[in-house]
Amino acid sequence: MKIDESLPLEYSTEENRLKILGFWIFLGAEIALFSTLFAVYFTLENRFGTGPSAQEIFHMPPVMIETILLLTSSFTIGLGIHAMRLGLKKAMMTFFVITLMLGLGFLGVEIYEFVTYVNEGATIQTSAFLSALMTLLGTHGLHVTFGLFWGTAILLQVRKRGLTPETANKSFIFSLYWHFLDVVWIFIFSFVYLKGLMVL
Amino acid sequence: MKWDEFFVFTGDPMLFAAMISIIVGAISIVVGLTYFKKWAYLWREWLTTVDHKKIGVMYILVALIMLFRGGVDALLMRGQTAMPENGLLNAQHYNEIFTTHGVIMILFMAMPFIIGLMNVIIPLQIGARDVAFPRLNSVSFWLFAAGAGLFNISFIIGGSPDAGWSAYFPLASLEFSPTVGNNYYALSLQIAGLGTLMTGINFVVTILKMRAPGMTWMKMPMFTWSVLITNVIIVFAFPVLTVALALMTMDRQFGTKFFAMQDGGMDMLWANLFWVWGHPEVYIVILPAFGIFSEIISTFARKNLYGYKSMVVSMVAISLLSFVVWAHHFYTMGHGVMVNSIFSISTMAIAVPTGVKIFNWLLTLHKGKISFTTPMLYSLAFIPIFTIGGVTGVMLAMASADYQYHNTMFLVAHFHYVLIPGTVFAVIAGFHFWFPKVFGFRLNEKLGKLGFWFITISFNVAFFPLFILGLNGMTRRMYTYSESTGYGPLNMLSFIGAVGLGIGFIILVYNIYWSIRYSPRDEDGDPWDARSLEWATHSPVPVYNFARVPKINELDAFWFAKKNNRMLSDDPYEPIHMPSNSGMPFLMSGAFFAAGFCAVFSWWIPAIIFTIAIFVFMALRSFEQDHGYYISVEEIERTERELGGDKK
Repeated sequence: MKIDESLPLEYSTEENRLKILGFWIFLGAEIALFSTLFAVYFTLENRFGTGPSAQEIFHMPPVMIETILLLTSSFTIGLGIHAMRLGLKKAMMTFFVITLMLGLGFLGVEIYEFVTYVNEGATIQTSAFLSALMTLLGTHGLHVTFGLFWGTAILLQVRKRGLTPETANKSFIFSLYWHFLDVVWIFIFSFVYLKGLMVL
Repeated sequence: MKWDEFFVFTGDPMLFAAMISIIVGAISIVVGLTYFKKWAYLWREWLTTVDHKKIGVMYILVALIMLFRGGVDALLMRGQTAMPENGLLNAQHYNEIFTTHGVIMILFMAMPFIIGLMNVIIPLQIGARDVAFPRLNSVSFWLFAAGAGLFNISFIIGGSPDAGWSAYFPLASLEFSPTVGNNYYALSLQIAGLGTLMTGINFVVTILKMRAPGMTWMKMPMFTWSVLITNVIIVFAFPVLTVALALMTMDRQFGTKFFAMQDGGMDMLWANLFWVWGHPEVYIVILPAFGIFSEIISTFARKNLYGYKSMVVSMVAISLLSFVVWAHHFYTMGHGVMVNSIFSISTMAIAVPTGVKIFNWLLTLHKGKISFTTPMLYSLAFIPIFTIGGVTGVMLAMASADYQYHNTMFLVAHFHYVLIPGTVFAVIAGFHFWFPKVFGFRLNEKLGKLGFWFITISFNVAFFPLFILGLNGMTRRMYTYSESTGYGPLNMLSFIGAVGLGIGFIILVYNIYWSIRYSPRDEDGDPWDARSLEWATHSPVPVYNFARVPKINELDAFWFAKKNNRMLSDDPYEPIHMPSNSGMPFLMSGAFFAAGFCAVFSWWIPAIIFTIAIFVFMALRSFEQDHGYYISVEEIERTERELGGDKK
């Protein structure tokens, strides 16, 4: 395998470069996926039938906590990749662990939020609005959950094998994924929660 | 659940016969493999392969089997409607047959046939050793195969989907389609669709990054261009299908209200989501066909393709327009004059780039030295027949006139006039054209031409009457009609055409058998005197494709090198890096199949267990360390010698 020393480790082989481009294109498909879910949500957001409306069920405090946790995690994974480029394995792993912990925290609060909704009688079967809301949030939440397992697998590999072109490539791609989930959350925060609480 | 709901053959002799034939077929395959001791060969050479050529062959094999299944559906439909008040099929059975015919022909025949040709040819045509992600390619194929298998067993276990291939709500909801048929629809298309999405990503990266040195954008063969554009459409269209199918599953099995008639649900949302994917899907199956025809017409007219750049621009234009026309599938569902007008105009606009392409093909033929080979005959027949399909498409595009044609046999005739000469003729032409590349010998030309005439004439006999029937008011999907309607004679004529089409396809399959046994073996690698790079290597193609990577300095570089007796590269051989085989994609798709099957019947515990198995396979892959292997220079030299010496 030819290793190009002039490039960062994650880009250093032909295979690595192909994988990063492939992942960017995959993220393009993910954008199409979430766009469709947003379109479904916007179509159905005011169709709550006999169930509660957005204004009646949205509470800001847990959403704010989720937002802060996830945005911070996006920052810490950026620090992790920076450390990786400097070749600091230990610092990189620390930042990745912090990222995953923040992701876990986000997921915990989101589950709490879902349980609250269900306890208030707002289930996924109640109305089209709630079906769309919970599917959009749930899809994002499942992505975060998958990311937690994926990130852990990569951390184990970095710990065992060190920073090689392969592990660096995997970590970098994972960071792209994680930033993407953050971007999706920003849209959810703005166009689901803030818009839902707006009094027109 | 009772057993008689599980196995649906009880009481129906036709389904019983189908079930018996499937069981007999499966047993004979198992016995045959054991008797000839081919299990190890099958596993080593096919089930675990990551070679794009073999994956392509498997795609095409499955597509041919599905063509048979979809064709039998078609014959049953035409047989049922051949006479007024016919009793061959009952209404429910007819509903199931037209649904599975549509789904199978589009998603399990046309798509895999095209993806198969794409797999075999694209890396060769751009001078690459494989696709960008060979292992992912194998995953794509096996996911597609799992989806196709899941869809087909619905016929005998649990009941087929019966709400049409577009599965409109509320008809497809649990209330109006209470069998598991539409669960099969949602889950099998979901699994196959995942595979297609991965194919899309794989080929975009392959074409963007792995072209031979010197092959710039405007030196790419037209088929490569069409495949690149197609795969970009796949990447952006298939996620919409993923979401639509997931929402369908949730509505049917988890009681959500997306498309419900109460609690704020909106049934029209399904039609919109389906066609936002569905219309680009039409272009996913037609653009590669345009690419195939471009290659064949240019090769057998002995001229370079006329208007290369306008071909590329028109394909890009078609791909963009394909995303903004979806509402023309349901003009009559009442979305107002403004919306209908916009979609009407955008739809008619597609005729412009398509027309540009028709003229380019005609001008390529102009003053060419045309040789009438089988692939060329299909390409020549395509131009006028497809134009009829296109012109009737413009008729349907006019929203106000569409109120007259909507959901009639006129529409059925239109899309068969587009998809059969477009996609089916293209894949058959491509099949004849590239067959010698893969197997090292040509299909018999005499049988090929006989098949061509049968297929082309029968196609027109089968489908032209449907235009008239539609204008006379016969709606699609009606399982029978009274004699007083006067639809009988033309329907009978259409049935005769359908039988002729069936005979044509039997000739095609017989031709494969005949040619495998008797066709003279071609030692040359370039039997058609063709233009693009796939013909620059041996036939059959060695596992590493090219002993040395060709260097490209112009469009049709191989053609000019051939004419001027130049080599495309004279570098010394170097060891070639190859990916290793893996059984994991096959096993993982087995887990997908099992999880999907259990989910169809809402057996959630086993479904979850199999889903976990899928993730275990992904984790195993993540921890696996596999750097492939190298083919040594000595081995390359030996292989090249055995295949008849150095190629240009």
